[in-house]
Amino acid sequence: MPWLSTLMAVPVLGAVGVSLVKSDRLAKQVALAVSLAVLALTLLMTLQFDPSLGASKETRFQFAEVYEWIPRFGVHYGVGVDGIALVLIALSAVLVPIVILASWHDADGSGAEAPPKRSVKTYFALLLVLEAMMIGVFAATDVFLFYVFFEAMLIPMYFMIGSYGGVQRSYAAVKFLLYSLFGGLLMLVAVIALYVIGDKGTFMFPELVGVIQDPTTQKWLFLGFFIAFAVKAPLWPFHTWLPDAAAQAPAGAAVLLVGVLDKVGTYGMLRFCLELFPEASKFFTPLVIVLAVVGIVYGAIVAIGQTDMKRLIAYTSISHFGFIALGVFAMTTDAGAGATLYMVNHGFSTGALFLIAGFLIYRRGSGRIADYGGVQKVAPLMAGTFLIAGLSGLSLPGLSSFVSEFMVLIGTYERHPVPAIIATSGVVLAAVYILWMYQRTMTGPTAESVKALPDLNLREKWVVGPLVAAIIALGFFPSPALDVINPAVDHALSNVHINPPAVAEKKGAGQ
Amino acid sequence: MTTHYLVLSALLFAIGAVGVLSRRNAIVVFMCVELMLNACNLAFVTFARQHGNLDGQLIAFFVMVVAAAEVVIGLAIIVMIFRTRRSASVDDANLLKY
Amino acid sequence: MESPAEIIQHSGGVIGVSWLMIALPLLGAAILLLGGRRTDRWGHRLAIGMSVTAFLIAVISFFELLGLPEDERRRAIALYRFIPGMADMGVLIDPLSISFALLITGVGSLIHIYSIGYMAHDPDRRRFFSYLNLFVAAMLLLVLADNYVGLFIGWEGVGLASYLLIGFWQFKPSAATAAKKAFIVNRVGDFGLLIAIFTVWTGFGSVAFDKLSGTAVGEALKTGQVSQGSLTAIGLLLLLGACGKSAQLPLQSWLLDAMEGPTPVSALIHAATMVTAGVYLVVRSGGFFEAAPTAQLVVTIVGVVTLLAGAIIGCAKDDIKKGLAGSTMSQIGYMMLAAGLGPVGYAFAIAHLITHGFFKANMFLGAGSVMHAMNDEVDMRRYGGLYPVMKVTAITFIIGYLAIIGFPLLSGYFTKDGIIEAAMEHSSVLGWLAVLGAGITGFYMSRMIFMTFFGGRRWADDAHPHESPSVMTVPLIVLSVGSVFLGAFLILGNRLMLFLAPAVGRPEELPAFHAFSGPGLATLVLVAAGAAFAWVRYGAAEVPLVAPRGSFLTAFARRDLYGDALNEALFMRPGQWLTRIAVFFDNRGIDGLVNGLAAAIGGTSGRLRRVQTGYVRSYALSILFGAAVVVGALLYVGNM
Repeated sequence: MPWLSTLMAVPVLGAVGVSLVKSDRLAKQVALAVSLAVLALTLLMTLQFDPSLGASKETRFQFAEVYEWIPRFGVHYGVGVDGIALVLIALSAVLVPIVILASWHDADGSGAEAPPKRSVKTYFALLLVLEAMMIGVFAATDVFLFYVFFEAMLIPMYFMIGSYGGVQRSYAAVKFLLYSLFGGLLMLVAVIALYVIGDKGTFMFPELVGVIQDPTTQKWLFLGFFIAFAVKAPLWPFHTWLPDAAAQAPAGAAVLLVGVLDKVGTYGMLRFCLELFPEASKFFTPLVIVLAVVGIVYGAIVAIGQTDMKRLIAYTSISHFGFIALGVFAMTTDAGAGATLYMVNHGFSTGALFLIAGFLIYRRGSGRIADYGGVQKVAPLMAGTFLIAGLSGLSLPGLSSFVSEFMVLIGTYERHPVPAIIATSGVVLAAVYILWMYQRTMTGPTAESVKALPDLNLREKWVVGPLVAAIIALGFFPSPALDVINPAVDHALSNVHINPPAVAEKKGAGQ
Repeated sequence: MTTHYLVLSALLFAIGAVGVLSRRNAIVVFMCVELMLNACNLAFVTFARQHGNLDGQLIAFFVMVVAAAEVVIGLAIIVMIFRTRRSASVDDANLLKY
Repeated sequence: MESPAEIIQHSGGVIGVSWLMIALPLLGAAILLLGGRRTDRWGHRLAIGMSVTAFLIAVISFFELLGLPEDERRRAIALYRFIPGMADMGVLIDPLSISFALLITGVGSLIHIYSIGYMAHDPDRRRFFSYLNLFVAAMLLLVLADNYVGLFIGWEGVGLASYLLIGFWQFKPSAATAAKKAFIVNRVGDFGLLIAIFTVWTGFGSVAFDKLSGTAVGEALKTGQVSQGSLTAIGLLLLLGACGKSAQLPLQSWLLDAMEGPTPVSALIHAATMVTAGVYLVVRSGGFFEAAPTAQLVVTIVGVVTLLAGAIIGCAKDDIKKGLAGSTMSQIGYMMLAAGLGPVGYAFAIAHLITHGFFKANMFLGAGSVMHAMNDEVDMRRYGGLYPVMKVTAITFIIGYLAIIGFPLLSGYFTKDGIIEAAMEHSSVLGWLAVLGAGITGFYMSRMIFMTFFGGRRWADDAHPHESPSVMTVPLIVLSVGSVFLGAFLILGNRLMLFLAPAVGRPEELPAFHAFSGPGLATLVLVAAGAAFAWVRYGAAEVPLVAPRGSFLTAFARRDLYGDALNEALFMRPGQWLTRIAVFFDNRGIDGLVNGLAAAIGGTSGRLRRVQTGYVRSYALSILFGAAVVVGALLYVGNM
């Protein structure tokens, strides 16, 4: 069964269906049903995935499908997943139904001080199209196809921000688009150069691994890919589009933007930068580590100073993306697996934060922290889940982010102790920004304007419940996910040809 | 020799070009355009004579036909502009700016 | 010196299911939190049931452990794979962990029961009990985990429970701030602990305790696998973690603010159990500390400085809970001091920890009982003469008081004296400073007793003190019995030292207990002098309702030795400035650059479009010009 093509086809057909039905209500229900079907298919596919096949080069990408697309240039419709891609596809498939449920009224114009009503059907159709593209971008095994999805994803997101966002939506949407196009353009040049210089007559990723041997060429092509991914991720100092985009986007779109779309950047670093240009990656490692560490500390400090909830959460994400990039470029299995797991965990915890902040804003009509206070008294469930999501964001042990952050830091420490120590200071700053936000919004005397704030309703409980469950489950039992991720990360790092740090030998000797 | 014809053609073209650039009245500009076209026609015919084939003469006919069609459209436009703006000056019709 | 025993994999028996000690309270917390208001009516009973069951499991495990041969008393139970290739979840039952488990579940259960009465009128009682259960689970995970990652999960778990419980009345801004402060200061310590774990992992390739015994550390040092420097670093970083959790200098400032929480919380978390986790960490990591004398020295110094600082703070506090909190700091200083002395001190540290758990919990709960009677008044200047109206509370409190000041034959006498003697043997400076600390303890604790239970009645007009219900007094009585006898039981015949030996090792020569030795006598004399001075100032003389300004030293102690002022000047204000600058830089600097670029491009095109004048003539001219250029270029190229 062509699993991956089905996974992409179902939401696209669903989007067509959504735009054809008569009533808005029916459109929402169809969208939810389609996304749940995708989730079910993804789970079925995950059950058939065999992590042990990841070690061999031939069977590395499972559920592979390859068809010729533009034979003259060796462009293929090539899809397939390894452990890394699989967990990210699963993340997308889990988040989309949750986001659809959470966005139920986002396009209606019914919230307090909400933007005017827009086409509801279009919003949900865009969500489903975006889902297809997110699955496609992680599944693509053809570099050109990856590029196409990488750029095409911008379009639905551009409309979701630009049409359904907050007051400054068009500024934010254009900024988002221009930043991403700038990065994408550099990547396009590098993709074409890879094809021409590689001289393999194909864009298929597995065949392009190791074709660029000349160090100077590697460095230039690396930069082409890396800058695109650094803008997407975003790494410091390419980050300023994210707070605007995430703060102006409707909460659901912000979740997909920060939770999944940005992961394409860090995913690309791990998959394409490290494997296609191993020498250049090693050459640029110090630079990337510096950017990542600066991003961790800087993102956290700027987050502390924010006065708007969604902007604050966006800056915390910049700090977290620093951790992920650090893990990728530490080039140890622990750090790489930690970084991959972090991509998933961050999707859940930041997703939950954005959605609950969205619920608050829907009720109160303001994202300013100062407009809240004492919400815990009137809406304890909302405050409690917000706290759990926040605690996961500050990587409290027992919640999912801890495992990944711990692995990233310990894996980095094996090779680069000083950056790891500086990055670890992020855990203190994380406590400051999360708990201070929680204190200002949820505790203290109840503010006059939130006295009548209703607690989570049934629909919202169904939104938050699965996220909290995922956060706790992955916090205590990360090993199933790590078993899927580890062989894939091992394989990706084996192409870098770098000596494992000394700890691996000790581990072998100790056991 | 054909050189004199070519010189005459160049002179006519230059007069036409200066007229297009310097005159304000749309009708006069239009006539100058026609003058430039006919200068070209003269050059075409001259070259046809010089090379001893009919290609240039053929093109001259095409130019005449196109010029006739252009006159029909162009004059109609000018008349319309004159009706709406009460002026046939090309400087008054500068809406396509910035 | 004898090294600890090997760790053996275990299955079967109650020890085999000892993980239920962690799982049951966790389940209780989950049920109460998820169940919501439906569980309001019976929630507290469920929580108590879970805690008591955990206690019973601990007791049975303890006896099962006693039934094993001495060198087989370290039992590991593997649970499940956590981070593949790095750390698996597992439980380690050995004399050290089971001692803690008994203390946590025992005192924890008593405080659960006490809370029924104390929180009876609080609408959120169910939530309170769920947090208490969460705390018990996390604390047990901390002490029962068989590796540093598991320990760290429990470590931060208790931090979370502490955060939730300090901020339990979070509609009070002061409580919310105190909770946040406690968490953040603890995080600074956790930063140290995390890096210590990283260094251990990188140096030894393992985080499991059985691969990190003193023998393994010694061997690694000999083969050059790890350097002396990194061992010292591990020791100091572990100490930083311990300082955060145990409120030792320089991370002490959160503990006094933590008294914003309900009093049972102060008794359980901020006196009896959680704050002693730092001592547990140092003792559990003995292998590293014994190989790093510098780190050990720093531990003892931190201990001594804190025991004096805590005692001085305790002298000036009028808030009964803050006075007790200062005293807690001070007593944990003693434990740290002992833990820094190596195997000689471990048993004394743990013994003092256990007895302190009893008498301090006893006094905190007593203080809670007094507050309960006095409309939640905490100012001791509004107490006085309470002995006749609440006899049970007063007597149990006084027993706790006698225990803490080291009244002969009560618990504190044996355990504190042991620490002082061990310290004296190690270095006389440390020893005499510890003696001095004991003298100050005599003063501030007596002051508390006289101001609360004796002297004139300085009550507020609407105060009608009464004895608390039996659900609150019975735990007090049980705890005071422990405060009387536990010390003698643990110390005489080196009972605890021999019991702990398989887990932490023991010195070659067992210390003998000398009744009324030189330092012991000096301690008694100083304590008596302190108590007498307190009698003169607060027992015999009238206590003013408003605190007099006092000397410079009083002000110094009242402001917590300027710890908060220092933190504010060194970290908070510069931090605020840094944040402001960073936000400004982000908006104006980086984003300004990007927006500036966009504006520059926009501006340029704005200028350029002026070329489009709309005059047909200018277009025609540019066409002509272009044509001329093209013709010129063609001619030029043609002629080449």
